[in-house]
Amino acid sequence: MSDAPRPPIESGCPDGFQYMHPMMRKHYGNWDYHEDPQPGVLKHVTKDGEALYTVRAGTQRILDVYTLRLLCDIGDEFADGHVHFTIRSNIEYMVTDEAKVQPLIEKLESEGFVVGGTRNSVAMISHTQGWLHCDIPGTDASGVVKSMMDELIGEFKNWNMPNRVHLTTSCCQINCGGQGDIAINVQHTKPPKINHDLVANVCERPSVVARCPVAAIRPAMVEGKPSLEVDEKKCICCGACFPPCPPMQINDAEHSKLAIWVGGNHSNARSKPTFQKLVAAGIPNNPPRWPEATAIVKKILKTYKEDAKDWERINDWIERIGWPRFFELTELPFTKFHIDNWRGARNSLNASAHIRF
Amino acid sequence: MAKYDTPMLDELENGPWPSFISGFKRLRDDHPDKRINETAGSLLGQLEHSYETRKGYWKGGTVSVFGYGSGIIPRFSEVGDAFPESKEFHTVRVQPPAGNHYTTDMLRKLANSWEKYGSGLITFHGQTGNIMFIGVDTENTQHFFDDINEYGWDLGGAGPCVRTGMSCVGASRCEQSCLDEQKVHRTLQNNFTDDVHRPALPYKFKFKVSGCGNDCQNAIERSDFAVIGTWRDDMKVNQEAFKGYLQTKGKEYILENVVSRCPTQALAINDDDTLAVNNRNCVRCMHCLNVLPKALSPGDDKGATICVGGKRTLKIGDLMGTVIVPFKKLETEDDYEEVVELAEEIIDFWAENGLEHERCGEMVERIGLANFLEGIDVPVEPNMVNNPRQSSYVRMDTWDEEAEKWFERKAEAANA
Repeated sequence: MSDAPRPPIESGCPDGFQYMHPMMRKHYGNWDYHEDPQPGVLKHVTKDGEALYTVRAGTQRILDVYTLRLLCDIGDEFADGHVHFTIRSNIEYMVTDEAKVQPLIEKLESEGFVVGGTRNSVAMISHTQGWLHCDIPGTDASGVVKSMMDELIGEFKNWNMPNRVHLTTSCCQINCGGQGDIAINVQHTKPPKINHDLVANVCERPSVVARCPVAAIRPAMVEGKPSLEVDEKKCICCGACFPPCPPMQINDAEHSKLAIWVGGNHSNARSKPTFQKLVAAGIPNNPPRWPEATAIVKKILKTYKEDAKDWERINDWIERIGWPRFFELTELPFTKFHIDNWRGARNSLNASAHIRF
Repeated sequence: MAKYDTPMLDELENGPWPSFISGFKRLRDDHPDKRINETAGSLLGQLEHSYETRKGYWKGGTVSVFGYGSGIIPRFSEVGDAFPESKEFHTVRVQPPAGNHYTTDMLRKLANSWEKYGSGLITFHGQTGNIMFIGVDTENTQHFFDDINEYGWDLGGAGPCVRTGMSCVGASRCEQSCLDEQKVHRTLQNNFTDDVHRPALPYKFKFKVSGCGNDCQNAIERSDFAVIGTWRDDMKVNQEAFKGYLQTKGKEYILENVVSRCPTQALAINDDDTLAVNNRNCVRCMHCLNVLPKALSPGDDKGATICVGGKRTLKIGDLMGTVIVPFKKLETEDDYEEVVELAEEIIDFWAENGLEHERCGEMVERIGLANFLEGIDVPVEPNMVNNPRQSSYVRMDTWDEEAEKWFERKAEAANA
C-alpha cells in the first residue's frame, strides 16, 4: 500500500482570504483613499475612516529559511502574523496601530532590510534566475541586482525621482525580467558555436529550424553526421535556438554583452503602455559587480531626475524632450543599431519635419 | 572551513543591500542538517565557477511528480563531478494564493516542509508568479510535493500549458480597485487546472488580473489574457477634497500635473474652483486618480476590459495584449461564467490553430485579428483598433452584409 503512488490533489490557486490580514478581509472593496506618510509607508483609509498602515521592505529575494523565519518573527511581533508580497518581491507588513509603524521600520532596518520602494522611488529590480538556476543564462541575475541596489539604495529609500522607476534585468533575450523604465538585458553578439557531435542526439532538428526568427538555421550533414548549420550572415545572435538545442551554445564569456533599454511602462496612466527602446549596448558582462552597467543606469537616472517634470515616467519624459535630446543629455552614443529594422520598423522613423534645435 | 572557495561571491556580501550570498552561507555554515549545509556549499562552489568563467552550468531534463507533466523545473549540473552535493537542483513551482497574502504560520509551515526535503532557498515570487522552491533532488521532489499538497498547495505551470496566474493586491487594500481581482483570478485559473498540470497547448498561456489601468501586474504587456478593472459611468469627484488639493498644492501645480496631463483633455477647473470632468471622453487612464486619490475615485458601474495576446520577444517581437472585450460587467455568477467561456473559446481556437511554440498573440498576428474574432465568435468593434485600415489592398465584396451586422447589433443593443 505504501508503494502505491499518491494521486495529487488538484487544488489549483489557493484562496487568498484565509491568509489575508483581518483588516483587509473585513474591508475588502471598502477602501476610500490612501496617503504616503513617508517613503516605504502607505496609509490606506476605509470608507469608515479606519486606517491601515503598510510598511514595505526590500530583501535579497532569494530567501534562506533563516531569513524567511526572521521576516516571520517580525510579522508576528508587529503585524498580527500576516504579510503580503509585491510583484517586485518586496515584503509588506500591515499594521493597524500607527504607533507600531516606526518601531517596525527600526526593527526591519536593524535586521538589514531596506524600507522604501513606494511612490516616486527607484523600485526593487525585478529579475530572473541567472547562473544560479537557469539552463540558458548569459549572466547572473541576483548578483547584478545586489550590485546595482547597493548603489541605488538611496533612491529606493527616498522620493527623489519625478515618478516611480521600475528596473528590470534579464539574463537572455527572452527577457523574463519584462519591460522596465530601465532594463538591463543580455545581448549576444556572436552566432552560436555548434557542437556537431551532439546535435543529432540532443535536438529535435525541425523544431530548432522553426524556432529561428530569421530562418537562418538549416539541416545539414557535417562531417558525415546529421546536424544543423547557421547562416552567419543572417543570424541575429538572439539565442532562440539554444534552449531547444543546447549544443548550439550562444553564451560566450567575452561576446555575450549587456544592453540597456529604457521607457518600458506597463501602466495606462497618461499614455498607453509602452515597450522599452534600446539606448546602450556592448557593455561588458563583468562579475561580480558589473560596474559598467551600473554607471550607465546611474547616469540615465541622474539625467531623468534633473530634467523630467513631476509624474513623468521615463517614457513620458523622452516623449516630451525627444530622443536626440535624450542622447545629448545622457552622452550616450547614437549608432546605426538604434535604428530598428524589425517588422513594423518604419513606424519608428521620423516621417515629418519635426526637429528640435 | 568551506569546501569551496568563493572569492568573487564574497564581494557580494559587501554593500548595504541584503546579500543573498550571506543567506547561502548561513545555510552552509550554520545549518545542522548535512544535506542542507553541503548542498549550500556546493551550490556556492558552482556559482563561483560561473562567475569565474561567465557561463551557466545547468541543464534541463525530465522530472515531474506522479500524475502531473508540469510544475517542476529540472536542473542537473553539467559540472556535477566538481560540485556533487548540488548536482540535482530542481525548482518546484507552487501557485501562490490569489493576491499573494500569507500568514506567518503558513510561511513557517512551508519553510519546515522545505527544510525537510529541499535546499532551504525560497523566492516569493518568480517572474512567473510562482513561489519558487529552489533546489531539491529528484527523489525528494515527490516527497516535498506530497507534503505541501496535503495542506493546500498545488504546482504551477511550466512548459506549453496554462501557466500560474497573477492578481494585484486590489480590493483587499486599494481604493482604485474596480474588480474582485481574487475571484477573477481564481475563477479563471482554477477552471484550467487540468491545462496547468498537463502541457498540451502550442506554448504557454497566462492569465493576469489588475484592478485598474495602472496595471500593477503588467497584464497587458506580459499575459495572453489580461483582465483590467475599469468603470463605465462617471468617475466620482469629491469637490471638497479637490479644493483641499488646490489649497495645499496650488492651482498652478494642479493645472500642470493633472489638467494638462490628461491624455484626452477631459479635465478643466471651473471658475468656482471645482473640477469639471468630461466623462464621455475620459479613457480611464488613472493618472488624475493617482495624483488626487482623496478627490477622485472610480465610478460605481465597474467591470473589466479584456486584452488578449501580450507577450515578450520570442519569436516575432514584443506584443501588447489588444482589446477583445472593451467592457465586461463582473457581478453575477453568469458574468464570471461568460468570461470563463470566452477564455475557453480562445484557448480552444488557439490550441487548434496555433503552430508549435506560437503564442496566442503571434497566432493573431499571423491570421489577422478579424479572422481570430470570427474564430472565437466575438463581434468586431472600433475599441479594438487605434485606427482603421490604411491600406486599400483588401477585398471587400461582402461590405453590405458586414455593415448590416453592425446595424443589427446596434439595434439589438438599443432594445436590450
